[in-house]
This record gives sequence, structure tokens and C-alpha cells, in this order.
Amino acid sequence: MNSTTKLRVYFDKNTYKIRNSTYFCIVITKTVRMKTVIVVGNGMVGYKFCEKFVAKEGSKNFKLIVFGEEPRPAYDRVHLSEFFENQDAKALEMAPAEWYAENNIELIIDERVSDIHRSSKKITTAKNREFSYDYLVLATGSSAFVPPIKGVEKKGVFVYRTIEDLEGMLDYAAKLKEKNPGARAAVLGGGLLGLEAGKAVMDMGLEPHIVEFAPKLMPRQLDSRSSQVLQLKLESIGLNIHLSKATNQILGEDAITGMEFGEDDILDVEMLVVSAGIRPRDELGKTCDLEMGVRGGIVVNNQMQTSDESIYAIGEVALYNQMIYGLVAPGYDMAEVAASQILGDTNSLMASTIDMSTKLKLIGVDVASFGEPFMPASKGHSVIFENKTQHLYKRINVSLDGKKLLGGILVGDASDYSMLHQMFLNEMAIPEDPAQLILPAGDGGASFGDVMDLPDEAQVCSCESVTKGQICGAIESGEATDLAGVVSCTKAGTGCGGCKPMVKDLTEATLKSLGIEVKEGVCEHFDLSRQDLYQIIQVKEYTSFNEVLDNHGNGGHGCELCKPLVASLMATIHADTANKEYAIQDSNDRYLANIQRNGTYSVVPRIPGGEITPDKLIALGEIAKKYDLYTKVTGGVRIDLFGATLNQLPLIWKELISHGFESGHAYGKSLRTVKTCVGSTWCRYGMDESISFGIELENRYRGIRAPHKIKGGVSGCIRECAEARGKDFGLIAVEGGWNLYLGGNGGATPRHAELFAEQIDNETVIKYLDRYLMFYMRTAKPLQRTAAWQERLEGGLDYLKEVIIDDKLGIVADLEQEMETLVNRFECEWTQAVNDPEKMKRFNHFVNSEEEDDNLVFVPMRDQKMPEPWN
Amino acid sequence: MQEILKKYKTTKPEDVQVWFKAAHTSSFPKDGGACVKYKDLQIAVFNFDRLQKWYACQNLSPEKQEMVLSRGMIGDHNGIPKVACPLHKKTFSLENGENLNGDLEPIATYPVKIEDDFVYIGFSE
Repeated sequence: MNSTTKLRVYFDKNTYKIRNSTYFCIVITKTVRMKTVIVVGNGMVGYKFCEKFVAKEGSKNFKLIVFGEEPRPAYDRVHLSEFFENQDAKALEMAPAEWYAENNIELIIDERVSDIHRSSKKITTAKNREFSYDYLVLATGSSAFVPPIKGVEKKGVFVYRTIEDLEGMLDYAAKLKEKNPGARAAVLGGGLLGLEAGKAVMDMGLEPHIVEFAPKLMPRQLDSRSSQVLQLKLESIGLNIHLSKATNQILGEDAITGMEFGEDDILDVEMLVVSAGIRPRDELGKTCDLEMGVRGGIVVNNQMQTSDESIYAIGEVALYNQMIYGLVAPGYDMAEVAASQILGDTNSLMASTIDMSTKLKLIGVDVASFGEPFMPASKGHSVIFENKTQHLYKRINVSLDGKKLLGGILVGDASDYSMLHQMFLNEMAIPEDPAQLILPAGDGGASFGDVMDLPDEAQVCSCESVTKGQICGAIESGEATDLAGVVSCTKAGTGCGGCKPMVKDLTEATLKSLGIEVKEGVCEHFDLSRQDLYQIIQVKEYTSFNEVLDNHGNGGHGCELCKPLVASLMATIHADTANKEYAIQDSNDRYLANIQRNGTYSVVPRIPGGEITPDKLIALGEIAKKYDLYTKVTGGVRIDLFGATLNQLPLIWKELISHGFESGHAYGKSLRTVKTCVGSTWCRYGMDESISFGIELENRYRGIRAPHKIKGGVSGCIRECAEARGKDFGLIAVEGGWNLYLGGNGGATPRHAELFAEQIDNETVIKYLDRYLMFYMRTAKPLQRTAAWQERLEGGLDYLKEVIIDDKLGIVADLEQEMETLVNRFECEWTQAVNDPEKMKRFNHFVNSEEEDDNLVFVPMRDQKMPEPWN
Repeated sequence: MQEILKKYKTTKPEDVQVWFKAAHTSSFPKDGGACVKYKDLQIAVFNFDRLQKWYACQNLSPEKQEMVLSRGMIGDHNGIPKVACPLHKKTFSLENGENLNGDLEPIATYPVKIEDDFVYIGFSE
């Protein structure tokens, strides 16, 4: 360990002149000792200490070394059960290993600290290495408590604590399921962690059983009634719950086969997860004679110092106020205090009372408790709302004078938690009838004050200790202008995320109070909405971006939001292709291809309705082979050729066009595909020719530019193999015609299309679709799919029917005519491009060289290639 | 991969040692960009016609180290001329390379001059 810095002293050349008039300098190494802080433990709290320490002034004068015994850097243990969903350990990381290096922190993982030598201020590791410290921070956390039950050492018994534990469980569960798909697993412990483990077991596909010693679930947080509500809810989703069970022994020869409670009371299980509480990892404190609690834990004062003033303890190993705090928020507060104290800020002290309020989502069920959840009748009154049919329970405890909130419990719906918690913390006045705080809205409930009524010092984000004042201040000072800005400059909501709704409300209310409205304008260059711009361009017959910007903009020069929008409007209004004024097109439209993550492109020719001849298929294969392109069938059942360089695009397209292909517009905000099932052409159930009609529709609407992409689907019968109801427009053949569905999509917010008209013929379908699509293109917001547009349409589906079927606005003739123009003027933009040397110029990686991008690296994958993974 | 970022260093007009004759001005679209090769460097050059100015910067996106910035759309943010990376729309000032909508490292910028309808880029070596 080099904790010295070199001090260089240069001497004046006149003083030390030697032969040849050269001079030399003398380097004196003077030892300016940097102080060393060693952090033992790289869990959530240990990590948080590092984060807080390096962010503080003066930390540059310290060398920080962190030891973690696990083979990976600190990860988010609170969300451990998510590991089962994605098995992605990286996603749980608090920070990647590089973060430590970037902040000059030496991270040593997979090496346990085995001893502390207080007199010489040194530690030894399990690998027998020695390190000196000036300050030592113990953040060793806790381990799972395993009760001394006979047979607990058998195979198939696990604890639930680390990613390695989970991996062990996964392996074991997989083997069990091979032998017996209906295998059962039990979790010992019905507390918070036990229920999380129950979810993990359920996600592994085993039949889950929860075994709890106490007569109720979550005995530390919930009262009996709320516990019963939670139990009902959990049972309804498939958890088997066994209460008041004391386990006598674990049965089985070598591996577990069951648990024995009483003589004849046996539960057959093939796996057991023990989650019966935690024990502080305090063995280092014991062996070096620090003051310890009677039942474990290293005693600390309100500076987080142990009985040795150079040694601090934080997190679940620290015994503060005779308590071990097993929550993240107090652990983070301890990290803050210890970091400040070591850096000399003696005013930073741990609060004397610690808020143990929690809110979590357990297996999809909201559970929260705050303040004093169980309260003796002598201290106040309880108001309880319970609805077992909906698995809802709410209890608040109110002071005897009825003026203050003392605590409460919420199960099933914790959406009011943030507000109630704040009312409790800030001792805010409550309504005369406190029942209003928990009654369902409409029954006289939900009479919360405004979030803005909170005092400025109210702590909104307890993980990162962010107050209401800081959040509002970030906006008032202009530092942040939206939610994302508030989160990035205050860090609010970046811990457990429970406070996010409140942060959002505060952000919006503050913006409103400053008179800042969420503008309809498309970006800083236009105060106009998309619809306004549409009408202006149409009426004034503008044909270039600059005309629109100069006459109706705010004086700037445009940006990546307004330029593609105007380009799209021009295309809709004048039937332009993306070849016109290509510099204002969105990056994909500019090169008529989809940019992929390494800057190469993918090529998707149109295959209308998904129908393709063997010759065309062979042509695609041969072209892909010739240019060494990765080939995949897309989500829209077309064929996508990946990895084309800019220079290759026109070469590939020339060949595709010569084989009769045309652009598939996969890169545009335009019609993608009309997916079809095989229909009555082949299918024995088909009611109509879905392929023929799908092809007709795809060819009709190909190339038109819209606010967002458009997808269609046509199914030949109600079996709906084309998934037409998941598309912007969908048709299903029924007796007597087509049923037309509008406004569906997949995506982040899936929505089924709504039934718009029934049993209509082909001509009527086209008439309605022409009108519908044109109406959408005229009035939607930028990048708004039909689903979102339709949902926000005032008057809803009925209004849409009035406009499109009954012609309430008297515009259908215009809509039809506009669409007819677009259809008639369709031209394949790739054919345009390859036939015009001027348009071809843009497809060169360099303007001064024929070479290709030399930065591209591909790696092989399953007999094809892919771009080298990103770091 | 990080090594490649180090090849690009902002060059100030006073430090220019070489004016590299890149291409005719007509090779660059109005209010758009194209890429120039100089030695083993890729330089994005933008013809900001609305401002009657030319800008040059590294073609390398500092976010994921891909050679794409010349294909980005240009415009301004509060009057600062900028380019938006085509991959994730990270925007960078064309004046000083600063990342305007995030905290990525700034990109390197280079002086540009136009003589006899040719575009020259200034390098210090």
C-alpha cells in the first residue's frame, strides 16, 4: 500500500550549474501521509458509506479501501427476489466495479477480513494479508439466523440472504422439478423476508408453504386483523400458510423430505428455506474486545463510534439505542453520520428516535406500517377500515385529543402511505373525523391536504434524506425543470422508490405554482401543437422546414424534435417521401434504414401480408449471404437483415429492387405490416380471404407518414391467429363480413383495439380506415400511437363513430380525398434513391474516402454474427 | 474501447498546425453533417447553414463509442448550436462539445475554415 505522496523540489539552474551548462533537478521524497479508511463489508450500507464519503469535501485526503467477502460488488439485497425474474445479478448492482476505481476506492472482493489488531491499527484478511488503517468502518451487516432444529444440516435446506444462496436454491429446485414437477418447498418464517422467500419459491415453480411460529404473519409489523387480511390475499394467489407451528425436526435420510411439528403433524416438503430472522455479523467486534450487546451487535454511540474511537460500526451490525435496525434507511443515515464524523464534521449525529416506517410490495400486495402500528388504548384511539372481500385493511392510530396521527397499518392498498407518513412525521393537523383519511374516495374519504401543505423540512425520500424543501427548491432555483431533473439533482426516489409518486406530485405542484404549464408546443422552437402546425403547413402550403421555422418559430434553429415532426407533416400533406430535405428527417428516415447499436443498419423489405414466393425467399437469403448480414424474422413477421454498413445500403437495395422488392418502411413512423393469418385460402376454419385483404390494405397504406408507426392485422376467423386486436387497425372475418377494431397496440402499454363496426364489406372497411387514419394523422400529438390518441379523444369511441360513420364534422369527403392522394402518389423511396446519383451521395461513411467505418467489430454468434457487446 | 476516446482532443484555433483540406462544401448537406477521414481519425463536419457557420467534432459518440455523430441531426438549444446522437438522442454543443442533456464527457471539437469552396479542418498534429 503506497499511502505516501511525492513532493518534488526543483532547484534553480543558476545555483546548481555543472559541466556543459546543463542542470539537473533533485527529487526529494517527503512523506506526507494520507490517512486510510478501511471499510469492512460491501453490502448496501457499506456501499452507501463509500458513496457519501467520496462526495464530501476533504475526502481526497483519505485513501479508501473496501473489503467484501462476496465474489461481487455490493448489490441491492432489498430487491433480491427480482433475481428470480431475470437472473441478472448485474441489474441489482449498487454500482459497477468501475465506479470504485473511478472514485479512487480500492475494492477488494472475495476476501474476508479475519482479524482486527487494535493496538497496531491493522487488519488481517483470510488470505493472510495485512493492511493498516487510521479509521475502520465495520459494515459487516447480518447473516441469516438458523434455529438449532434437529436435521437442519440436511441437503435441500437453504438460507435466503445472498445471490449465491439463491443460485444454490435454483439449482436444487431445477433438479427437484425434473423428478417431480409438483414438488413442494417450505419457508420457515412468515416475516417480511420469509414472504419474499415464499415468492422466490413460487417463482421457481415449486408449491410454496410458509411455516410461522407466531399465530400471525409479519408479527413485527402487523396487528392480528391486518395479518389475517394479508393471509387471505396470499392464499388467494397460491401460498399455503401454516401458523403457530414449532418445528421439532427436519425429516429425511440425506436430503430433506419433510418437517415435523407435533407427533402426527408432518408437512411433506423437499426443500426448505430458512428465513427466521437475522443475526448481526459481529464476530470481528467480539474477537477484538469491542463493547458488545448482550444479544449481539457492536455497541455504538450517536457518532457511530464503537468503544474504540477509531472504529465505527454502521448498518445491521451496529447496536444503537439497544436496537439492531434491519431497514435500509437507518443504515444509510448511519453511513452519513460515520462519513461526516471521520471527515471532522462533529455536528452530524444519529437521531435519538429512528423512524421504522416501511412500505413494500410483497408478492404484489401493498403492505405498509408507520409510526406506532400497535397502540395501547391508553395512548390513543384506533380507526379501522376493513374489507376482506377486496383484501383491504387500513388502520390509523390517533392521539387521545384526536389532533395527531400516531401511526398506522395499510394492507392491500398503500397508495396513501406517503401522505399519512408525512402527516405523522410532521405532526400535521388531521381532519376532525379522522376516518376520512382511510375511507375509500367517494365515501367521504381522501380528504388529504395538498402535498404543498407539507412543511419544507418534511423528509420525502427517507433513503436519500431529501426534504420537500430541497425538491421544491430545485425547481424554484431553476436547477431542475421537470421530474427527471429533480431526481437527478436531489437523488430523491433513487433508493427504494417508494416516494416517487409524492416527488412527482411535488414537482408538478411546484411547476404549477411558478406558472409553468406543461406546454402543448412541440419543443422550444415552436409554441404550436402538432395539430396547429398541420393546419398552418396545409393552408400556407409551406414546402420547407425553414419556411415554417422562420414564419412560426421562436427564432431558433430547430432541433431533433421539431425537424422530424415537420418532415412527417410535409410527407402527410404533400405526399413527400423521406428523400426530400433529408437533413431534417429523423436519423432512420435520413438513411432509409434502421440504425442499430453499433451504427450499422438493418434492412427490411416489404413482404405484404407476409406472403412471399420461394424465389423471393431465396433472393433474400442470397443477398444476406453475399453481404454477410445477420438474418432474423421480425416481430411483424418480416425478414430483417442486420449489419449493413452505410456504404452497403444502396448496393443491397439495388439487388433487392431487381428481385422485385420495395422499401418496407420499417425505419419510418409509417405503416409497418398488415399481419395476416392464412384465412379461407388454406385454413379449414377460414371465413374469408384474410391474406388477400391484408395484402390489399398493406399496399394501400404503405409509405404514408403518420405521428407514429401503424400496424394492421387481418384474421380469417374469430380464432384470431393474426392477433389483429393488438394492432392499430384489425379485422376479423365473421359471418356476413368483417368486424373492424381500432386503436390497439402492444408496446409498453398494451391495449386491445375497440370494436368499431360489425359485419361490413371490403369497401366499407377501406372507407372507414381511410377516414380513421387520416383523422388520426391530422389530430394526434407527435409520436402518439392510435391507442393513446383514441384513449384521450374527448367523447371516446362514440365520438369517433360520429365523426367517421355519421360525418358529424362534415370532413369525411376531405379525409377520403387526402388519403386517396397519398395512395395514388406512393413511390418507393429506395427506388427513388438508388436511381439518383445526387441522393446516393449520403450513403458514404466518409465524404473524402471510399473506406468503411474502421471502428466496427463483430463477434460470431450461433452461426451468424453480432456487434461486439457494449461495455 | 476507452482508448479510442483519447485520440480525440479539442483543438483551439490558435493551436492549429495543419489545415486539412477535407472536401468540397457541396459534399455536406445544408443544416446537416457528413464524416471526414483524417489519418486514423473520424471527424464529423456540420454545415450549419442557418447560422452561416461550419462546425467539426469527433464522429465518435462518447456514450457507447460508436462512429455516428455525423449522422445526427443538428439544431440549437437556447441558442447553443448542437448535434443529437442518432443512437439515444444525447445532444452535444457544437461550440464546446459539452453534453447538453446529460453528464457524458464532452466531445472534442475542431476549427473549420472555408477557402475557395473547400472545407478545411484544423488539427494540432
